[in-house]
Amino acid sequence: MKFSEIKTHLGKFRVGIAGAGGLGSNCAVALARSGVGTLVLSDFDVIEEPNLNRQYFFTDQVGMMKTIALKDNIARINPDVFVIIHQKRLDNINIPEIFSGCNVIVDAFDTSDMKEMLIETVQLKMPGTPLIVGSGMAGWGKSETIRCRKIDDTLYVCGDESSEVSDNLPPMAPRVSIVANMQANVVIEILMKMK
Amino acid sequence: MKILLNNRKEEFGQETISVNEMLFLKKFSFKMRIIKINGVLISKEKYDFTTIHDGDDVQMLYLMSGG
Repeated sequence: MKFSEIKTHLGKFRVGIAGAGGLGSNCAVALARSGVGTLVLSDFDVIEEPNLNRQYFFTDQVGMMKTIALKDNIARINPDVFVIIHQKRLDNINIPEIFSGCNVIVDAFDTSDMKEMLIETVQLKMPGTPLIVGSGMAGWGKSETIRCRKIDDTLYVCGDESSEVSDNLPPMAPRVSIVANMQANVVIEILMKMK
Repeated sequence: MKILLNNRKEEFGQETISVNEMLFLKKFSFKMRIIKINGVLISKEKYDFTTIHDGDDVQMLYLMSGG
């Protein structure tokens, strides 16, 4: 299949991304480059200087809302992508509303509590919607421990499922981007099978 | 009983066990996890009352902070 055909196919779909930090910004950019038609981004945070060690933002964007900066960056990469942004703290009430109509949802939260809440909400309130979770990407090296695992048609997990971020094991660009791009890769795999 | 736990065969002496008993017997102490039994998500507050039966397909994933 030629890339022009892939892009035309992916253009028909809508993907939700919960969080626009390390996972969300890198995943969104990969999906935008691939031609996914609509991206729904949600995040309530502003860009801070330490975020630049892994997140797809630039020094002159420090202080901006992540959603607005990411929308700008996507427009510079692929202006054909329709980007919908929400500056909200996601919870089990607003998630089904914000991501309604999304063909696939990506977990790009940074805390395990929020990941748990998102998984429970999508699995219970949006049955049938595939969710791609990112779990375990702290530190550096050990590329061989990062994998993608299909639990079932509605739940996938990318990451090593064991490394937790701490002061001495910070999140860094390579491993976070590997997981973010793995999540994007699963999204594309699912969308390519959809009619 | 025999079950599948993350696609691997596991055997327990009991006829049925609760989710919490399974976690205890397997010495799984890490708290942040998602469990699905036969494709159905089991929320944490139901770990004491939900029983695992012979032949069940139990999937478990660990949630780590970072992103």
